[in-house]
Amino acid sequence: MTASDREHRSASEERSVNPPQQRISLTVNGERVTRHVEPRRHLIDFLRLDLGLTGSHAGCEHGVCGACTVRVDGEIVRGCLVLAASLDGADVVTIEGLSDSGEVADLQANFVARNAAQCGFCTPGMIMTAADILAHAEEAGGGTPSRAEIREHLSGNYCRCTGYQAIVDAVEDTLKARHLAADSDLRAVPALQSSEASR
Amino acid sequence: MKWPAMGYARAASLPDLWSVLAQHGSAAQIIAGGQTLLATLAFRLSEPGTLVDITRIPELRGISVSSGVLRIGALTRHAELGRDALVARHAPLLTAAVPLIAHPAIRNRGTIGGSLAYADPAAELPACIVALDAVVVTASAAGERRIPARDFFTDLLQTALNPGEIIAAVEIPLAERRSAIQEVARRSGDYAMAGLAAALRIEGGRVVAPRLVYFGVGTGPVLAARASAALEGRALDAASIAAAQAALGEDLDPPQDLHGPPEMKRHLARVLTGRVLNGFLNPSEIAA
Repeated sequence: MTASDREHRSASEERSVNPPQQRISLTVNGERVTRHVEPRRHLIDFLRLDLGLTGSHAGCEHGVCGACTVRVDGEIVRGCLVLAASLDGADVVTIEGLSDSGEVADLQANFVARNAAQCGFCTPGMIMTAADILAHAEEAGGGTPSRAEIREHLSGNYCRCTGYQAIVDAVEDTLKARHLAADSDLRAVPALQSSEASR
Repeated sequence: MKWPAMGYARAASLPDLWSVLAQHGSAAQIIAGGQTLLATLAFRLSEPGTLVDITRIPELRGISVSSGVLRIGALTRHAELGRDALVARHAPLLTAAVPLIAHPAIRNRGTIGGSLAYADPAAELPACIVALDAVVVTASAAGERRIPARDFFTDLLQTALNPGEIIAAVEIPLAERRSAIQEVARRSGDYAMAGLAAALRIEGGRVVAPRLVYFGVGTGPVLAARASAALEGRALDAASIAAAQAALGEDLDPPQDLHGPPEMKRHLARVLTGRVLNGFLNPSEIAA
């Protein structure tokens, strides 16, 4: 029996006995992780209980509050509405990884400056979703989303505190600052090109 | 609460799916994006024996145009639907519907096939595909079936799918048409209290083949036959719009729900009818 036969057989055997555990191998914040998980395990419990990454919060656990927002394969998702067992091969980024990468350092500084934590429970999810707004605004190029558009995008992270004014302020400040920075980069480009042309 | 204990199996292809389903029988529950199903597990509204994951079946993916139809694979996620150029060109009603569906994080996971199979009466996509006179393409071990969207939704959360049968794709006939969708919801992203997906053609100044499909006001998407008939063959103007609004009372039999009594839903449906149909007029034609 070849290795691949064995692999194939063991896969079908696993399936036939309805195994309590699934083997998954995925990337979490850039690190390769292999674990056995129960099918009933959602991504947030996997992160919090199995990997000790407690930055992502388990709030309502039925897809309403958004405190569990994480990235899977580059897109934000509800961690409580994703089966850990389905994530073999996936690339997961949590608030810990996003924070360590420095991608949202300016956003986080603006959350502090604007006192935008509110009770703080929603903050990791808010940062993940706000990072998504920033990324999409950069993709779309030019223009800063309006406050109404920011609120629309954050609407999936509304929790209990209500208001969210300071959060919208912090996101708006970051968008504007990045937009200004991008503008001055653009102005710098012709100078760069002409100096290259003259070489 | 936490999900119940259950099994999990992932199908790699359609033939693989049929064998997995045969093995698990009635204990099997298909899962795609899981954005409704997994929430129902948390409420313990469903306790499947084994979840059968179809998200890696390549045959269920892709958006294409051929033989006069736009074909949308069942695994197309709402976010993909919303940014797809072929959809924007040939079925802009769906493009317009996407921002109304839940929130960005949910749109990144939820699929069109899942939304149609779950058949929530307040969901946008079932109403849209009825308005677009689409065909639901199903697949099972017995082969493919093609079911007109208007016959697909049979009752509250019920569809024409047989056990062991899945949605493979939706096919939308290519046609020049005007279309629009509007809804009234308490908060952005909530299920609609009432909504309307409408499609029609205007030929020689006359309305042709109008399809007004309401959601959140019945047991499924409601194709309003009398209101649509009130528009057919007439110029679209204040008088015909008022006639459609008047006829609507006979079309709808909304149940009372958390949001309010039937008459409130009828009222919202009439308001939406005015908003959507007026939207098809030039600004100068809209009655004051």
